[in-house]
Amino acid sequence: MEKEKLVLVGNGMAGMRTLEELLKTAPEMYDITVFGSEPYGNYNRILLSPVLAGEKAFPDILLNDEPWYEANGITLHKNCEVTGIDRRARKVIARDGTTAEYDRLLLATGSNPFIIPVPGSNLPGVITFRDMNDVDTMISASKSLRHAVVIGGGLLGLEAANGLKQRGMHVTVVHLSRTLMDRQLDEVAGGMLHRSLEERGVEFLLGAETREIIGKKRVQGVRFKDGRETTADLVVMAVGIRPNIDLAKKSGLYCERGIIVNDTLQTYDPRVYAVGECVQHRRQTYGLVAPLFEQAKVCSDHLARLGIRRYQGSVTSTKLKVTGIDVFSAGDFTGNEQTESIVLQDPGAGVYKKVVLKDNRIQGAVMVGDTVDGAWYFQLMREGTDVSAFRTRLLHGQAHLGDAGHGGANAVATMDDKAEVCGCNGVCKGEIVQAIVGKKLFTLEDVRAHTKASSSCGSCTGLVEQILAMTLGGDYSAAPKAKPLCKCTEYTHDEVRAQIRERHLTGIAAVMQELEWKNPDGCAACRPALNYYLIATWPAEVKDDYQSRFINERVHANIQKDGTYSVVPRMWGGVTTPAELRAIADVAEKFKVPEVKVTGGQRIDLLGIKKEQLPAIWGELGKAGLVSGHAYGKAIRTVKTCVGSEWCRFGVQDSTNMGIQIERMTWGSWTPHKFKLAVSGCPRNCAEATIKDFGVVAVDSGWELHVGGNGGVKVRVTDLLCKVATPEEVLEHCGAFLQLYREEARYLERTAPWVERVGLAMIKQKIVENATERKALYARFLDSQKYAQVDPWAERAQNSVDRHEFIPLKQIA
Amino acid sequence: MTLMNDWIDIGRIEDIPPQGARVIRTAQGDIAVFRTATDEIFALRDRCPHKGGPLSQGIVSGKTVTCPLHNWNIALDTGEAVAPDEGCAGHFPVKIVEGRISLLLSMERAKLAVVC
Repeated sequence: MEKEKLVLVGNGMAGMRTLEELLKTAPEMYDITVFGSEPYGNYNRILLSPVLAGEKAFPDILLNDEPWYEANGITLHKNCEVTGIDRRARKVIARDGTTAEYDRLLLATGSNPFIIPVPGSNLPGVITFRDMNDVDTMISASKSLRHAVVIGGGLLGLEAANGLKQRGMHVTVVHLSRTLMDRQLDEVAGGMLHRSLEERGVEFLLGAETREIIGKKRVQGVRFKDGRETTADLVVMAVGIRPNIDLAKKSGLYCERGIIVNDTLQTYDPRVYAVGECVQHRRQTYGLVAPLFEQAKVCSDHLARLGIRRYQGSVTSTKLKVTGIDVFSAGDFTGNEQTESIVLQDPGAGVYKKVVLKDNRIQGAVMVGDTVDGAWYFQLMREGTDVSAFRTRLLHGQAHLGDAGHGGANAVATMDDKAEVCGCNGVCKGEIVQAIVGKKLFTLEDVRAHTKASSSCGSCTGLVEQILAMTLGGDYSAAPKAKPLCKCTEYTHDEVRAQIRERHLTGIAAVMQELEWKNPDGCAACRPALNYYLIATWPAEVKDDYQSRFINERVHANIQKDGTYSVVPRMWGGVTTPAELRAIADVAEKFKVPEVKVTGGQRIDLLGIKKEQLPAIWGELGKAGLVSGHAYGKAIRTVKTCVGSEWCRFGVQDSTNMGIQIERMTWGSWTPHKFKLAVSGCPRNCAEATIKDFGVVAVDSGWELHVGGNGGVKVRVTDLLCKVATPEEVLEHCGAFLQLYREEARYLERTAPWVERVGLAMIKQKIVENATERKALYARFLDSQKYAQVDPWAERAQNSVDRHEFIPLKQIA
Repeated sequence: MTLMNDWIDIGRIEDIPPQGARVIRTAQGDIAVFRTATDEIFALRDRCPHKGGPLSQGIVSGKTVTCPLHNWNIALDTGEAVAPDEGCAGHFPVKIVEGRISLLLSMERAKLAVVC
């Protein structure tokens, strides 16, 4: 069968990204023809500023060279402008007479720079800043000409001005408003930017409206409405861009400001798709790269007839690509009567930060000087995170909230190439930059896949995003807000969970079938999540799918780097007996356990055990009454305690006994991520309860209950949930909090980020203020425990469960 | 020495759980034998090309296994790491006759010869 024909008009970033995505999913589906009006392959337009400034050369920014088109069987007509579309005959016609038939047509015609219609705007020497040709013109002009005037003090204009200044020209920026980048910056930030650029020697004429461009044969100067005049040998118009819709309009496709497309990027003619700066989607047009890439992904899926994604619009942020001047802005940074602004201004250090909040959620941010936390604010904004817990520290940045592992390094630009960014995988800044440039990466996911940076604990994510932004330039912005659970589905964690609940789904296969999973048996990311959601939602009905569990939870021991396992028996509340210790000692000797160690959670760890030995070891431990400590699972770990009032001269309550009661109640429960508890017998807090997921601190009149603490990568001190009087209340609140976490948090989300995401207020409302809801949660927790509290070690020690896990299929001599 | 350019019977399909794996111990190192959800059988050297993690302990989905140590995905039919990771665990030819599995094992310079 003959392949269908796909024609792309526009050899720019959006269209080519769509083709690249398409080649990944359906490489054999189409015969592809590309028309481009420029004489090159596809290049990274957002890096034209560094080329102009002399920091990069053209080959550095080429994305796909001509051999690439050939290798992928794509016909490229470069230097070939399409001037007509015959939609009835389904073919496109180029100015030079070239034609191509299509079954599907993709328009990615980009945008045109806007030329203000004043007398003289067509004089030689008046140019725009849009493509490589403009950059070449500017570079050669800078060699022979003296005075450059840039009209437009926005992002593009300032980048042009900076580049021309770097090239040695005398540069004046003319701007209509009194504030530079007034669409992205407030007065203070615009003023600071103004001063920084002035220090570099760029001159400014603000509040100046151009009346005409003067000159006889070529440009000689610019005259303004107020009568002022300035000399000019070169005028760069950078006042904005307009979607390039001429071709679409001429072909009868419905356009407003841009070519109108729906959520699948189709125009009014269903055979014709459009992506990029030329489209108008839900009344929005976009001029940044991140939204274009989101569109490309959706469009390619529909071209490949996968038909699963929808484009629902993008939230964007801006960053100026002028080396050495850091400016960031996102969202609504001006605010109104309903918002509050938090501002930090340090003129001496050249730092200004402003975050606009509404109901404790970020609406927008603007920053100058220190923009390292831009990506973080942007993420908080997109996710609608309640920042009340840390709003007093918000402006000091994420590093200030405590990140172990990279010593507070935050000025990415000044970081040495050898500086370690990802402490987990040992990835340095230089390697990340190299991968971004060399492998043409654009997203955080790309960088994670290629370098492993930020793919383990995630604490360096902000830094990696900064490096991406710095390397790619300002148009980089982070991934879309609602992330799918994994690559097998378009549904988010929350949506999958809701479906499991609403449709009463009780098996992984059923979920995958009902929600149209793309891979028939999922992947290593979604299967454990689905298994957890199912057992947490329907504890009485769902059969635990062990093949969908990570190895640790499948064999109830913790895999170590050499493939051996570690065994941690439970010690209720950290209390043990000589008999238990003797049993552990005997096991360690009998099985020649290489190492015996006390864990961070006050338990004893036997390390270096071979898998085949596990059932026998569990059998021996079981004889002494020792059961699984679940030190390996996304589960209740240990309840750490101090000795409390039984022995300690300061203790005010029996914390040890309280800890034992809590551990007896909670053990065996599966949770979205590991869950640690502690009970301290007095406010001296020797059990360190205020960095636990659930911490109890005894006071003279009862117990303080703390939640959402974390001692890990990012230390987070707990929030005080409430104070209660009796041990029974402690248990009820603990069970209710656990159940709320189990029902509402996303898989692999610790309590600390969960509490920050949903806000303490919601948790207090359900657990403290509403006794009925608390009791219902507590009852559901106790009910689920009926099915969870079975010692997995005992089951396996008797060789009755999962025997195949522990013996080889065959031994070959 | 049983290891001679020969098909070695290792057991029945049902001995391996679906979406699971079992280990064959040999003097030259472990072999992981996988069974997919659709009852296909594959055999790889039980060492991830990344840091030597035991692939037999990973989660099996489709025709890949995810290494338990650092989440590399390895294609079951070839032993190749799924891009962008690079490396190969090496695979062994598998034959199924009447529900019984055999592996083709051969020696090369005192090592198990794998196909990459």
